[in-house]
Amino acid sequence: MGKSIITVVGKDQVGIIARVCTFLAESNVNILDISQTIVDGYFNMMMICDTSCTDKAFIALSDGLEELGRKIGCIIKLQREEIFESMQRI
Amino acid sequence: MINLSEVIETNAMIEKENLDVRTITLGISLLDCISDDVETLCGRIYSKIAKTAENLVRTGEEIEREYAIPVVNKRISVTPIGIVGAAACRTPDDFVRIAKALDRAASDVGVNFLGGYSALCAKGMTEAERMLISSIPEALSVTERICSSVALGSTRTGINMDAVALMGKIIRETAERTADRDSIGCAKLVVFCNAPDDNPFMAGAFHGVTEADAVINVGVSGPGVIKHALEGVRGKDFEILSETVKRTAFKITRLGQLVAKEASKRLGIPFGIVDLSLAPTPAVGDSISDILELMGLERTGAPGTTAALALLNDQVKKGGLMASSYVGGLSGSFIPVSEDQGMINAVNAGALSIEKLEAMTCICSVGLDMIAIPGDTEASTISGIIADEMAIGMINQKTTAVRLIPVIGKGVGESATFGGLLGYAPIMKVSKFSCRDFIGRGGRIPAPVHSFKN
Repeated sequence: MGKSIITVVGKDQVGIIARVCTFLAESNVNILDISQTIVDGYFNMMMICDTSCTDKAFIALSDGLEELGRKIGCIIKLQREEIFESMQRI
Repeated sequence: MINLSEVIETNAMIEKENLDVRTITLGISLLDCISDDVETLCGRIYSKIAKTAENLVRTGEEIEREYAIPVVNKRISVTPIGIVGAAACRTPDDFVRIAKALDRAASDVGVNFLGGYSALCAKGMTEAERMLISSIPEALSVTERICSSVALGSTRTGINMDAVALMGKIIRETAERTADRDSIGCAKLVVFCNAPDDNPFMAGAFHGVTEADAVINVGVSGPGVIKHALEGVRGKDFEILSETVKRTAFKITRLGQLVAKEASKRLGIPFGIVDLSLAPTPAVGDSISDILELMGLERTGAPGTTAALALLNDQVKKGGLMASSYVGGLSGSFIPVSEDQGMINAVNAGALSIEKLEAMTCICSVGLDMIAIPGDTEASTISGIIADEMAIGMINQKTTAVRLIPVIGKGVGESATFGGLLGYAPIMKVSKFSCRDFIGRGGRIPAPVHSFKN
C-alpha cells in the first residue's frame, strides 16, 4: 500500500474537508485517518491516505491538490509517508 | 501511525528552519575512459557522464516533489583527472581540454558543479599531476562548473611540501585569472590532508579509485534545525544541550538516508554514504555560528568557541551514526566564513581571526574554508597557512582542507562578493611575518608516529 500524507493549512472556513475529500474520492484515493488542530490561529489538518489505487501520477495528484488549495485559500501538500516515518521513528 | 504533531514538526523544519538535502552527488568512475589520445579520452568522458547522469537531475526533482523536501544541488564527482588524463596529456593545455569536456557534460546533464579536476599527491607528484596542477588557473577560468582539489598530505604519508609550495603559487595565479570577479576561481579550488574518496560536497568532491563504477552520495544541511531545537533549551546544562543536538541530528540524517536510498533505487546506482556535515548557507538562521552563539557565546570566536564546536560536532556524529547505515565523506561541521552570515558578522565585529578559525578546525571538518585574504598575500604565506592546516590533519588523523581566496586588488576592511550559495566574505587579516625560507626548503614532512599519542 502506498501511504501518503496530505496536510492542509489555512484560515478555518466551511467546507474545507468536504472539498478535499471530494477531490480525493474523484481521484480514487482512500482516506485512512484524519486529524486536525488549530496552531497559531490556523487550521491544520492531516490526512493519511492510500494513494496506490489512483490512476493519477503522484505528481499530478500533488499538483491537483495544490491547485484546489489555491481555490479555497489553503496550502495543501501531498507527501509520501516515508519522510515522516524515517525522521520520526527508530 | 504518524501523528499530526510529528507531521507539523517535520514540515516546520523544512519550511521555516531551512532543512534541505544539500546535494545528491553522483560519483562516476572514468577509469574505463582512459586512452592515450586526448580527443578520444574527452569523447569517452563526455559519453560516460552523459549516459550515467542522464536521469540524475530529473530524479532529484521527482524526489523533491514527492517528499516536499528541497534537494538544492545535483552534482557529479569523477575519478581524479590527474590519473585519468595521465596517459593522454602531454601538456597542461591537454588537461584544459579535458576540463572543457567535463564542463560541457556537466552543463548538458544539468548539474551545477562537477568535482574531480584533482590530483592526489599526498606523497609525490607524477609528471601528469604536475601538469594538471599547473593547468588549474586556466581550467578554472575557462570553465563554469568544474571544481578542483589537490591532496597534499595524509597521516600515512606525511606532507608533500613541494606540492604545498606549488599550490601557494597556483592559488595566487587562479585568483589573478579571475580578478575581475573578486577572484572567484579560488572558491572552486581546495587542498586536502587525508582527502576522503566519497565526499559529496564541493569543491572537494572526487570519486576515489577505491569506489565502484558509479555511486550515490548524499549531503544534508540543517544548521537552522539545530538552532531552532537549541532555542528551546536555553540555560540548560550540557547533558540536555548534547542530547538535544544528538536527537535533532538523528532526524536530519534520517532524511539524508531516505533520499540517498530513494535516489539509488530510482537511478539503479548503488548507495554510497550519507555525509553528516552540517552545512550552513547565507540564509538568515542557517548558520553554524548562530548555533555556537545560542550555546552561550557572545560572538563566535570568543573563548569557549572551540569547546562549543567540539560538542556540536561530536553530538551531530553520535546522532547521525545511529540514523544512517553508511556514513562517510567529510562528516563534520563546516565553518566557512563566506557562506555563513553569523561567521561574517563575527569577523566584522573583530571576534574571529584566522588563528581562531585554525584552532576550531582541530576539532571539526573541514578546515579553513572560504576565507578571503588580502590580494597582496605572498604565495609562500598561502603555502604556510596550508602547511599548518595539513599538519593539523596529519597529526590528528582527520580530514582538513584549505580554501583561501586572495582577493586581488582588495585588502583588510573590504569584502569580496561571490553570489549565490557562496555568499560574500570580509577580507581577513593575515600574519605579515614571512615563512618563505621554511616553504622554500622543498621535499616532504615525514609521516608522524602512530603510537605514543600523549
